[in-house]
Amino acid sequence: MNSIKDRAALISEAAARMGKETFKGTADKNTMARTELTAGGAKVTTLEEAIRKAGLKDGMTISFHHHFRGGDKVINMVVAKLAEMGFKNLHLASSSLIDVHEPLIEHIKAGVITKISTSGLRGKLANEISHGIMQEPVIFRSHGGRGSAIANGDLKIDVAFLGASSADPMGNACGYSRSENAKSICGSLGYALPDAQYAKHVIILTDDLVAYPNTPYSISERNVESVVVVDSVGDSSKISSGAIRDTKNPRDILLAKQAAKVIINSGYFKQGFSIQTGSGGASLAAVKYIRQSMIDQGITASFALGGITAHMVKMHEEGLIDRLIDVQSFDKVAAESLKSDPMHQEVSANEYASFDEAGSATHSLDIVILSALEVDVDFNVNVLVGSDGIIRGAIGGHPDTAGDSALSIIVCPLLRGRIPCVVDEVTTHITPGSSVDVVVTEYGIAVNPRRPEIKERLEKAGLNIVDIHSLKDRAKSIIGEAAPLPFGDKVVGIVMNRDGSVMDVIKNITE
Amino acid sequence: MEIKNAIAGTLESGDILIQIAPASESGLHIDLESTVAYQFGAQIKKVITETLTSLGVDTAEVKATDKGALDCTIRARVTAAAVRATGKDVWAD
Repeated sequence: MNSIKDRAALISEAAARMGKETFKGTADKNTMARTELTAGGAKVTTLEEAIRKAGLKDGMTISFHHHFRGGDKVINMVVAKLAEMGFKNLHLASSSLIDVHEPLIEHIKAGVITKISTSGLRGKLANEISHGIMQEPVIFRSHGGRGSAIANGDLKIDVAFLGASSADPMGNACGYSRSENAKSICGSLGYALPDAQYAKHVIILTDDLVAYPNTPYSISERNVESVVVVDSVGDSSKISSGAIRDTKNPRDILLAKQAAKVIINSGYFKQGFSIQTGSGGASLAAVKYIRQSMIDQGITASFALGGITAHMVKMHEEGLIDRLIDVQSFDKVAAESLKSDPMHQEVSANEYASFDEAGSATHSLDIVILSALEVDVDFNVNVLVGSDGIIRGAIGGHPDTAGDSALSIIVCPLLRGRIPCVVDEVTTHITPGSSVDVVVTEYGIAVNPRRPEIKERLEKAGLNIVDIHSLKDRAKSIIGEAAPLPFGDKVVGIVMNRDGSVMDVIKNITE
Repeated sequence: MEIKNAIAGTLESGDILIQIAPASESGLHIDLESTVAYQFGAQIKKVITETLTSLGVDTAEVKATDKGALDCTIRARVTAAAVRATGKDVWAD
């Protein structure tokens, strides 16, 4: 005989050998219609309840993304709630922080936030931190560096609060919405994806709760513990502002045109090349000026990486750029394109620019055009700390893309007002000179001596190639000698290199 | 030299706004607000003083709001403000 009863002893024996229980039967089936069942969604709750459920404790690490840039509403809202709930000593790890996060100053003073990890700081918050408002130094990482740190455990996230423009009650979420109630759009959620994957607990905040299934999604419900509906996660109209505005400044346009000539004559401008533009008016605009040459020479790009902008989308739709790889949508046009165009691929910060992942997109990048606050005579670049010693920028993907690309081009004016951009030594080391190839200014183009072949090609094309020391001297002759900055002895910031080593420290400013 | 209230320049980046007014005490009283005050404050005040002195203005209240102007810009704005304040056109001759 071989009925289930006869096999009972063998089943028990097999279970015992495996250290498992034997099957005891299931609970009754839930027979509610699934449209009703899922609409309730066990994960949908209030922010306060979600925080309690997450088991957040004093001293833990909370994380955020900055895809709404100047329009972000999540960070201020959540930290205000945490303050109200009485949390202290939290470590705030955002993909970046900008002017709009000024209210954090009060939470730092009150001891709610005592540690910060970010790509950048701007505005009054940056000013206060530069003057030493925090006991612990802020840890600065590049976007690729942050992805790596989250993946390898250097940056452990306890609770991630991730804003999404749509989510279903199970937590499938993305940076746009296909419903008619869509309130916001930020496009790619690339910087939030490592958080979603690795954080111990993930809370999605959304201003458009849609019916299950919210496909296609960026963040899978598998990684999501709670879904919180809020009035607004961000103001999409403020994404394309500040550092990523479309420039009308004639000097930026001049620089962009020069940068385009460098690209076209660099030796890398050939069929199937790939390109990225960083933030900053001139670097974003450069792509506009290579367009005509691409058409004239019948060249198309295999992909554009970034930092995707309306210009990139337009060239993709014209057939000039085959694919778009998008870790961050720089404007609404890019965000809409990500939503509707399957050739416009969202990628995580790790897929974008991880130093330690051979497949990350930056490794396949030919040309990157980047801006700078300062470049020095050894081609080191600073994009984080102003020449007044005050933090006023972000590392972003600068060292990631400069390091991994075949050709990195820095575009910056010789002077900004009375502030020189070409200097003896940068205020803070962010991108090492060994990964910077060409510096374009309105007074001439300097080529890193490590790249003599590039210099030769650009000279042959009739471009004005100058020694970087002569640019530095020229700046100095116009502005005069600056008094040294009043740095104190306190370390207010630590700059991590993308490989996880410590690159530099930022001292407090006393005036 | 008798002077009246006068103004020249703008608050645009790279420019400087110069406001000149009569002073009760003799001498040049320069109140400078600058985005680059720490590094270039002394140099900016020196250029303002030299420019006014060369135009014969040695007693005035000067309010300078600097947005990173270069020395040539500072000279031009100070000169324009001085011409308006004194009514003496330095460019006429």
